[in-house]
Amino acid sequence: MRRMFTTQLAATALGLTLAGAAWADPVEDTLIVDTDDGEIEFVTHAPAPDHLKGVVDEIWSGWHYREDETRDLQRDDFDNPAMVFADRGLDRWNAEIGANGESCASCHNGPETFKGLRAVMPRVDENTGKLMIMEDYIQSCVTERMGLEPWRLTGDQMKDMLALISMQSRGEIVNVAIDGPAQPFWEHGKELYYTRFGQLEMACANCHEDNQGMMIRADHLSQGQINGFPTYRLKDAGMVSAQQRFVGCVRDTRAETFAAGSDELKAIELYVASRGNGLSVEGVSVRH
Amino acid sequence: MTRRAWLHGLAAAIISAAPALAETAPNDVVFADGAVEASLTGAPGDPGEGARVMTTAALGNCVACHQIDAMPDVEFPGDIGPALDGAADRWSEAQLRGIVIDAKHTFPDSFMPGMYKTSGFIRPGDGYTGKASDGDPPPILTAAQVEDVVAYLLTLTD
Ligand code: HEC
Ligand code: HEC
Repeated sequence: MRRMFTTQLAATALGLTLAGAAWADPVEDTLIVDTDDGEIEFVTHAPAPDHLKGVVDEIWSGWHYREDETRDLQRDDFDNPAMVFADRGLDRWNAEIGANGESCASCHNGPETFKGLRAVMPRVDENTGKLMIMEDYIQSCVTERMGLEPWRLTGDQMKDMLALISMQSRGEIVNVAIDGPAQPFWEHGKELYYTRFGQLEMACANCHEDNQGMMIRADHLSQGQINGFPTYRLKDAGMVSAQQRFVGCVRDTRAETFAAGSDELKAIELYVASRGNGLSVEGVSVRH
Repeated sequence: MTRRAWLHGLAAAIISAAPALAETAPNDVVFADGAVEASLTGAPGDPGEGARVMTTAALGNCVACHQIDAMPDVEFPGDIGPALDGAADRWSEAQLRGIVIDAKHTFPDSFMPGMYKTSGFIRPGDGYTGKASDGDPPPILTAAQVEDVVAYLLTLTD
């Protein structure tokens, strides 16, 4: 905000108008999705949560920053390429893969028992006091309860399961806790969000707060929200988890990235999720 | 050794050593109010090469953030920074050199990366590999490339 203001001031002083102001806004549009169970309307644009007051007024899902064709793919489950992965997740859910023939279903029944979970993740686990992302819960079941080798944190098995579990909360409003036991993790995430990493000296905030709406070459910068994750990324022709996206964004600053699942990226996930408190979980989204 | 051969050898030594001797290293650049008076190489830059550096993603990648009307062939320039047309009317050569070397001396907290800067980073990487850089990373542009970019910017008059 402050930097944009300075640029604008400098530009005005020099008698310039900022080029491209016409592209600067997220597209006005409403996301209503055709599903097998009828239409669902999503909150993709909302007033910012209290902790962002004075910094950001409104929050927007990344959906608003994508081209018409990309947005359209998400309006109908039949067209949404991410649905295949959620379906594959359901097959894995029912598969008796455990060391003693357990499946996810044998402990949890149907995936709908996780309705609402995605909207409050990441969260601090009551028993251990550890910050948990969804992958951590899945991994602990895979290794401790099913006796399997750990799944790769950003591998297909893991992302299929993220997609399936996220779908159970679609349309629900993101509401991660940032106080109580979550607070120190949240503060850590916030500090990292504003740290200018790498040889390009760029923080998440430089791109997704100061310059959201602007074009960085051909990319329309969004607020970097994760309410739509996991997402099908057209560029990669595959699913991308929030952790994977963070790794990529840090790498793009010519920095030594943090590993997916590291304490740092988990803290960032909590903080970024909290910036989206008030938006709908999109289940599985489509981006480019 | 004949006198001629000796002279020849000396000249060769001077020529090969000259750029290195005259070149200012990134950590030795002297800023005055954001501007850098002295050429980094002591030799004039090549504006054509500067234009290439500015539009090449792996080099300056200036068009990721700046539009330049004088470069109509560049597809999808970004609009994060101001358009650069007329830059040479607004800034002196020394100021432009300073902005390209490290814009943060001119615009504190600028989003613009330092193009000839090797230290002071948090978790510098080895290019875009995501791995740690082995010691200080090399600057994004060489001294000669900075001078080429400055030479191109000086052509941007209204
Ligand atoms: C150099 C600029 C830059 C920096 C720094 C940066 N990003 Fe991004 N990010 C992008 C671009 C470009 C995209 C793709 C377009 C978009 O969605 O904004 C993107 C996309 C994202 C997305 C996907 C949003 C969606 O809806 O698909 C998330 C989440 C994200 N970034 C988070 C982060 C976080 C967290 C950080 C810091 C750890 C960060 N970014 C740092 C440039 C950046
Ligand atoms: C990641 C974004 C980014 C990149 C890449 C970038 N710049 Fe900039 N540049 C800016 C911003 C933003 C400003 C405005 C000053 C400010 O507020 O920080 C700026 C300002 C300038 C100015 C002063 C403009 C004026 O007329 O007031 C010049 C000249 C300039 N940049 C040249 C370059 C050149 C040459 C390159 C590449 C070698 C480059 N920039 C790369 C973001 C960038």
